[in-house]
Amino acid sequence: MNKKQKKMLIRIIIAAVMLIVLHFIPVTGILRLVLYLAVYLIIGYDILRKAGKGIKNRRVFDENFLMAVATVGAFVLAVYSKSGDYNEAIAVMLFYQIGELFQSYAVGKSRKNISALMDIRPDYANVEQDGRLKQVDPDEVEIGSTVVVQPGEKVPIDGIVTEGNAALNTSALTGESLPRDVQTGDEIISGCINMSGLLKIRTTKEFGESTVSKILELVENSSSRKSRSEEFISKFARVYTPAVCYSALALAVLPPIVRMLFLGLAPAWGDWIYRALTFLVISCPCALVISIPLSFFAGIGGASKEGILIKGSNYLETLSHVKCVVFDKTGTLTQGVFEVTGVHHNEMENERLLEYAALAECASSHPISKSLQKAYGKEIDRSRVEDIEEISGYGIVAKADGNTIAIGNDRLMQKLEIPYQDCHSVGTIVHMAINGEYAGHIVISDIEKPHSWEAIAQLKKAGVEKTVMLTGDAKRVADQVAASMKIDEVYSELLPGDKVAKVEELLEEKKEKERLAFVGDGINDAPVLTRADIGIAMGAMGSDAAIEAADVVLMDDDPMQIAKAIKISRKCIDIVYQNIVFALVIKFACLGLGALGIANMWFAIFADVGVMILAVLNAIRALRVHNL
Amino acid sequence: MKKTYKIEVDCANCANLMEEAARKTAGVAGATVNFMTQKMIVEFEEGQEPGQVMQTVLKACKKVEPDCGIEL
Repeated sequence: MNKKQKKMLIRIIIAAVMLIVLHFIPVTGILRLVLYLAVYLIIGYDILRKAGKGIKNRRVFDENFLMAVATVGAFVLAVYSKSGDYNEAIAVMLFYQIGELFQSYAVGKSRKNISALMDIRPDYANVEQDGRLKQVDPDEVEIGSTVVVQPGEKVPIDGIVTEGNAALNTSALTGESLPRDVQTGDEIISGCINMSGLLKIRTTKEFGESTVSKILELVENSSSRKSRSEEFISKFARVYTPAVCYSALALAVLPPIVRMLFLGLAPAWGDWIYRALTFLVISCPCALVISIPLSFFAGIGGASKEGILIKGSNYLETLSHVKCVVFDKTGTLTQGVFEVTGVHHNEMENERLLEYAALAECASSHPISKSLQKAYGKEIDRSRVEDIEEISGYGIVAKADGNTIAIGNDRLMQKLEIPYQDCHSVGTIVHMAINGEYAGHIVISDIEKPHSWEAIAQLKKAGVEKTVMLTGDAKRVADQVAASMKIDEVYSELLPGDKVAKVEELLEEKKEKERLAFVGDGINDAPVLTRADIGIAMGAMGSDAAIEAADVVLMDDDPMQIAKAIKISRKCIDIVYQNIVFALVIKFACLGLGALGIANMWFAIFADVGVMILAVLNAIRALRVHNL
Repeated sequence: MKKTYKIEVDCANCANLMEEAARKTAGVAGATVNFMTQKMIVEFEEGQEPGQVMQTVLKACKKVEPDCGIEL
């Protein structure tokens, strides 16, 4: 509890005790009024002051005003009718304050809990100076300096390990509980916790540009993008309070006049004013106004604990309406790591063929070249290779051991007018010719991620109706991958521009209320990510481009996270709707009862505070998403 | 130019009101109040001095919510 809350609690206790004591002391007349008035002022002076200030600033219709009018009204009625029953006004104020206290406590507490979940900010960085470790502000560390991370500490800045090896706990970033091993030469991202061993890191970024800063910025700004439900609530609150005040006024004035003039009855002013005051007490919109943003905040907080960063509550809302998920293949459903799965030679031995392939490709960093080099498995002697010429979109021509080697796709063979054999295997086919003679081909395939098919099944379970895969890869490869994962539609051999066009087509096809999500690795599909209703980037650890372009960022590259993100959003939105409906139904029911004179002020204040407490507790449920 | 300020506000509705008040202040191009993180992000108009504008923003906010605070 903070200072303000403690003070409030003391005021509540004093007022409650005084109220009980006064109940047993038989005082009457003016003294009684003065004593009760004192209690009333102890508990309610700040509300009266705020209401007064509101009137002075020409902003009358807020909840302070409602409470002030209702309680002062009740007090005056008690004096006027000489009943001496001042309990009601004080009790209403007392319970209202208890409700406010609870609300501010609960909200503050859950705010802290959620912030603690996202506590990945490193407080300091260890820099070596004159042989000693010195703690400095991470902001002051320049690019290229060496920082030391001891066991138990957070990695403060992105960099490369120059010394030592360790197991890293990345769960704060990814939700993944398995530790990740790093050793000298590995890249390392900030926010991970070093669990064992001493690491020396050469920083490659400033703190402000490091992963941890980017993520914090994203999370902190996330609730500033408001969802439609939130917009609805703030608009609603703006109209609602004045409307209720005028209704209350009408309730106080019209029925007595009607009774007097048309029905010939006694006006019963006291009765109707009392009803109007009850009406005012019930009408506080707090439950709605507080619980909706709290639900969203809790949902976003819970998701980020699982390694799913959602950039705003509007995206959380959109995500819950997703009925069609479009995937990019490489790097999303497959690992984007290629492996040689077959060598179909003509005359030469397999190993010789691979050796030449690796030699020709030794200078390239293309994933396919890397996989060839890996399949060869031995150290490549670069001095054996000369005259390397890379023909973009075709392949490579180079000289190794004096032989001219041409390696590339079928178009390269056509270009060089070398007859080649087509292959029946599924995968990327690399043809090779040595000294102008066809030598055979190598089959390279991408490996599916272990959870991909399960992820698709989970999506279907979560209510996604259509799954689509887009890829630039060959039709045969694409069809095979899609069939093994049970994906509904496949579009293959697409250029990056075609992907945008295809997504636009799919956007046209779907029904109006349904939403389309695109999942990619965020590296070369930024235009598609922005075009879709909601863009999800995977494996974003350390990739700034993905964090910028996407609306939802999965830190891990596990496709299971997509289904999880959708489930989290559904749960959160369900809670939001529950709260809206629950609060409105209770409010309007009570307003009705109050107007009919069935509900008195005690009932009103319990309804108000009760609804608020239940709505807040319900909102906090959105935080618990681990087992979804 | 965009700047983020730490704020102190107790109720979500008041936060909305503060946001509205800040938006209407001269020299402010846009403002968002994040009740949950207790932050106010203010975008200033070209050529405005943030320090001075924020004084007016604070005054405007105090008017709608006497209990609020902005750490300048």
